[in-house]
Amino acid sequence: MTEQELRLKSVAYRKTILTIIHHAKAGHTGGSLSCIDILNVLYNHVMNVSPETFTDPNRDRYIQSKGHAVEALYTVLADRGFFPSEALYTLSRYRSHFVGHPTRKVPGIEQNTGALGHGLSVAVGLALAAKKDNRPYRVFTLLGDGELTEGSNWEASMSAAHYRLDNLTVIVDRNELQISGPTEHVMALESLVDKFTAFGYAVRTCNGNDIGDLLRVFAAIPFVPGKPNLILARTTKGKGVSFMENALNWHHRVPTDDELARALAELDQAEQQLKATV
Amino acid sequence: MELGRPNLDEFAATLLELARHNRDLLVVTSDSRGSGRLQPFAEELPDQLVEVGIAEQNLVGICAGLAAAGKIVFGVSPACFLTARALEQIKNDVGYSDQKVKLVGISAGVSYGALGSTHHSLHDLAALRAVNNIDIVVPADNFETRQAVLAAVTHPRPLYLRFGKKPMPHLHGPNTPFAIGKAIPLSWGSDVTFIATGETVAPAVEASELLRAEGVSCGVISMHTVKPLDVETLLEAAQRSRALITVEEHSVYGGLGEACAAVLLQHGVSRPFRIVGIPDEYTVTGSQAEIFAHYGISGPGLAERARQLLEVKVMP
Repeated sequence: MTEQELRLKSVAYRKTILTIIHHAKAGHTGGSLSCIDILNVLYNHVMNVSPETFTDPNRDRYIQSKGHAVEALYTVLADRGFFPSEALYTLSRYRSHFVGHPTRKVPGIEQNTGALGHGLSVAVGLALAAKKDNRPYRVFTLLGDGELTEGSNWEASMSAAHYRLDNLTVIVDRNELQISGPTEHVMALESLVDKFTAFGYAVRTCNGNDIGDLLRVFAAIPFVPGKPNLILARTTKGKGVSFMENALNWHHRVPTDDELARALAELDQAEQQLKATV
Repeated sequence: MELGRPNLDEFAATLLELARHNRDLLVVTSDSRGSGRLQPFAEELPDQLVEVGIAEQNLVGICAGLAAAGKIVFGVSPACFLTARALEQIKNDVGYSDQKVKLVGISAGVSYGALGSTHHSLHDLAALRAVNNIDIVVPADNFETRQAVLAAVTHPRPLYLRFGKKPMPHLHGPNTPFAIGKAIPLSWGSDVTFIATGETVAPAVEASELLRAEGVSCGVISMHTVKPLDVETLLEAAQRSRALITVEEHSVYGGLGEACAAVLLQHGVSRPFRIVGIPDEYTVTGSQAEIFAHYGISGPGLAERARQLLEVKVMP
């Protein structure tokens, strides 16, 4: 898929995310919009996984530690054909498997997540198993920046470096906002580059909402043989919709009919502009 | 009763035996290879032992990831830390995610005796009984331990095994049937039956011998699987016996005793009934044997409980 095609996909994904959250009257809007470009590039360009290969022991693995941004994951998995798109409209419904955090009941999902600070340890286990068996698969895990205050992430980081898991890539969705406010006000995280470097990662930063930048950074994996990879992806919470960007109240706010219409109009415009640049 | 070795030693020896023939069998430790008697395993099969350091949350998460990749994973850590500090990982990464990890709580109950309550696990059965999709097995002797480890390898659900470190007497013959979820009756009695689990089965047997010498008809059931509970055997014991006493190395809240009581009550069965365990108080200090004796988890202590209970009348 070309860079241009991926950009167009991101716009389409944003529309789907907003539409299904509006339909379900529930969802994590801001965080799904901030990480969708990362998921787009992972599932459409980087990872060796598809509905046909999902039982292949050599498939690449993705663990979404920031489980609350599940609408982004459901959207991408539907587009990749793991299940029919209509299923997205059962989000949060009685007896639907499409609940507000990922579960293995949904095709394409490897692990149930949602309690923060869990995904990285599971990803370490998967990456370690690949090393033990000399399997070629790689493991990707997406962490929110807010969840970095969970101590378990740092336990897991130590083990990732100790076992030299260069087949593991940790992506931090660094949108600088969490439910109560800016991360640096809630509990200061910086300097994250220094912290992750000190814990033994090979660290790269990128613009996590720029497809080209994401493609370049993922292409460089493994950054340093013998070291786990960490991508500090600088993102904007609510990215793509002007009135949702960097707005705290959009953490898990559901758009009204009017807000949805305005958001979709903005995204239509973005789509037209992208098409015009070809 | 002829004395065997600690169940922990039997566990570690059985695991090593299995791991020699199965490269996919891994053991994960949290600086606990010594207390888990896994030093020989570590020396002989270093590639099959994953050390995570003193980090129980990471241990359970890594176990889940390894199991997701198809490994047969035994996560071995002191029961007190494993089931408290990493409870959320057990609930989500193992139970909810249905990763068939075998969690092994070592030096469980008051095995660590005089180290104090930080090192006791009197909550683990209660905590894990309330976690969906994890079975709980507490072997009583070396035979049950070995059988439980063998069964664990192919067990279709996440599993918690709980071992103490005191040498245990042999309670069963080598051909005794064993299955997870199926209690083992050691004897049947019409007056009173002890339903015990883990390291409290041996004192229950001792009590039954004291009582029999006094002419009391006494039974003992080894309820090694605390979840799912063997309802059938429990009801049979209640049918055959006029009184029941449960015994466990655990808080009297939320463990085997309350599990049995719930089953009996919901089946409309009323018997004189006592739960023997560790009461809800600042636990007395001392060795495991001293703590057991203090709370009546001993042959004489349990026999006395039975005598008292047999005096109790129950409303018809």
